[in-house]
Amino acid sequence: MSPDLMIEVANLTKRYAGRTAVSNISFAVGRGEIVGLLGPNGAGKSTTMRILSCYLPATSGTVRIAGLDVVKQSEEVRKRIGYMPENNPMHADMRVREYLKFRARLKGLTRKRSRERVDVVAEQCGLTQVDRRIIGQLSKGYRQRVGLADALVHEPELIILDEPTIGLDPHQIRSVRQLIKGLGKAHTVLISTHILPEAEMTCNRLVIMYEGKILAADTPENLQRLMSSSNSQVVAEIAAPSAALHECWAQMPEVEHFDVSASDGEYFRCALTPRDGLDLRPLIFDLARQRGWMMRELTRSRHSLEDIYLQVTRPDEEEES
Amino acid sequence: MQTWWTLTRRELGGYFLSMTGYIIIAAAMFMMGFSFVALLWKIQAEPTTLLVTEMLTPFFWAIFVLATPIITMRLFAQEKFSGTFETLMTTPVSDFEVVLAKFTAALVFYVVMWLPFVACMFIVRHYTNDPAPFDTGVFGTTFLGILLVGCLYLSLGCFASAITRSQVTAAMISLVAGACLFLLGLMADKIPAPVNWQAQVLGSVALFEQMRDFSRGVVDTRSVVLFVTLTLFFLFLTLRIVESRRWK
Repeated sequence: MSPDLMIEVANLTKRYAGRTAVSNISFAVGRGEIVGLLGPNGAGKSTTMRILSCYLPATSGTVRIAGLDVVKQSEEVRKRIGYMPENNPMHADMRVREYLKFRARLKGLTRKRSRERVDVVAEQCGLTQVDRRIIGQLSKGYRQRVGLADALVHEPELIILDEPTIGLDPHQIRSVRQLIKGLGKAHTVLISTHILPEAEMTCNRLVIMYEGKILAADTPENLQRLMSSSNSQVVAEIAAPSAALHECWAQMPEVEHFDVSASDGEYFRCALTPRDGLDLRPLIFDLARQRGWMMRELTRSRHSLEDIYLQVTRPDEEEES
Repeated sequence: MQTWWTLTRRELGGYFLSMTGYIIIAAAMFMMGFSFVALLWKIQAEPTTLLVTEMLTPFFWAIFVLATPIITMRLFAQEKFSGTFETLMTTPVSDFEVVLAKFTAALVFYVVMWLPFVACMFIVRHYTNDPAPFDTGVFGTTFLGILLVGCLYLSLGCFASAITRSQVTAAMISLVAGACLFLLGLMADKIPAPVNWQAQVLGSVALFEQMRDFSRGVVDTRSVVLFVTLTLFFLFLTLRIVESRRWK
């Protein structure tokens, strides 16, 4: 047990009647990290989060939050956690401010302190305009922010958010994401999502889950490096005769494979695969300059997390292909 | 204590901020009105009988059997269905506080629901020449009876609501169980003279009989103990159900 660790999960297994939702997973999250649990629906993300937040018991294995056992010291653990479940259920008949105060009091804050904190989190989550409105009449984006405000109201050390941006429009997603990023300074955050760009943008570290197991756990950059080391295709759009292009690429020893297709106007789109992961861009630029060809695009395709995700979450199909 | 009070207030808010609470009260008042009219007719016909027991017409019992399941059905089932049960149980509250707060709120609402009945009693007392049957003591014991029977039915309803996610199912379970309890008591009356042990058992749960005692001004320790024990028993079962998610 280390004082720097916020979450320690060891050999955690959860079985429902006849189905294993989480199977023998272990991971750790340090203080101040923003960690994303990534995986397709039914991968066991929500179950893991429910166990972390003391709602469900584990079948076997141990979970410690801030060094405290979630089963034996459940109430202490719950004081330290701000949890927002999937779909963010709330009492729709209450007003925003009233609801946040109710939640603050439930979490053991004094009357005075809960008033102060509600003011702070309402401000932080951009709710001051709507704090007298009835929750049931709020838009989904505002409701999500109320959920976040609720998770934050008692200044928890650990914030667990299950699919915080589900069902929001791009605008709202952006604002919620920014909010989460801001939390990372003072809190440890664990979020689950199946949306990749979200995880890529907000998290310091990713844990990829599939069918109840952890497939990979690393920083987004490392995961990308892992994938992109083998090949990185370069795409160039050049205005030149097709035959000349074909000839050029065939003669270039650094190019392992190429594909030329017509683009609009006189431009041709060339997709070039390098040998040994070389960066082809300077070579191509040089060539175009020497020959006096016009070039309007030169990009090296990075493997996005999407590829990593698809690859690790579908091992069977990958093997088949 | 803070948690209990916060939760109780929230539950009461659930009754009074929505239509549900007012609909239940209106329906109960409607049935009380019927009982009241029945009482007035009885007074006019034979002014000397023990009047308060005559309040115990079928309408009076319908209030227990019908209103309590509707009061209690939402307590747990609604929260489980909407998912707020998860947000509730992941705050540092104990299962015991949750069960107690929900029961308290139901009980407070139940008492509020009976208030119009008090008004009825005062009206009768004011306009009758013979105040004896409406003596304050008798009043008190009648309400003690209503409270105790209510506790039993509400705890039964709490239990029914805790075992399901559907409010309708919860209401059905407590309605059927409550009606059975009431009818068992009625059967005790119908068993013919040689009193065997079956009749004694039935007689001991005869709500009808016990309520008549209360409204005569008689507080029988046996019935008080019976009601309190059964209430505690059902609340204990509710608590076990709430806890069960930890070992299921």
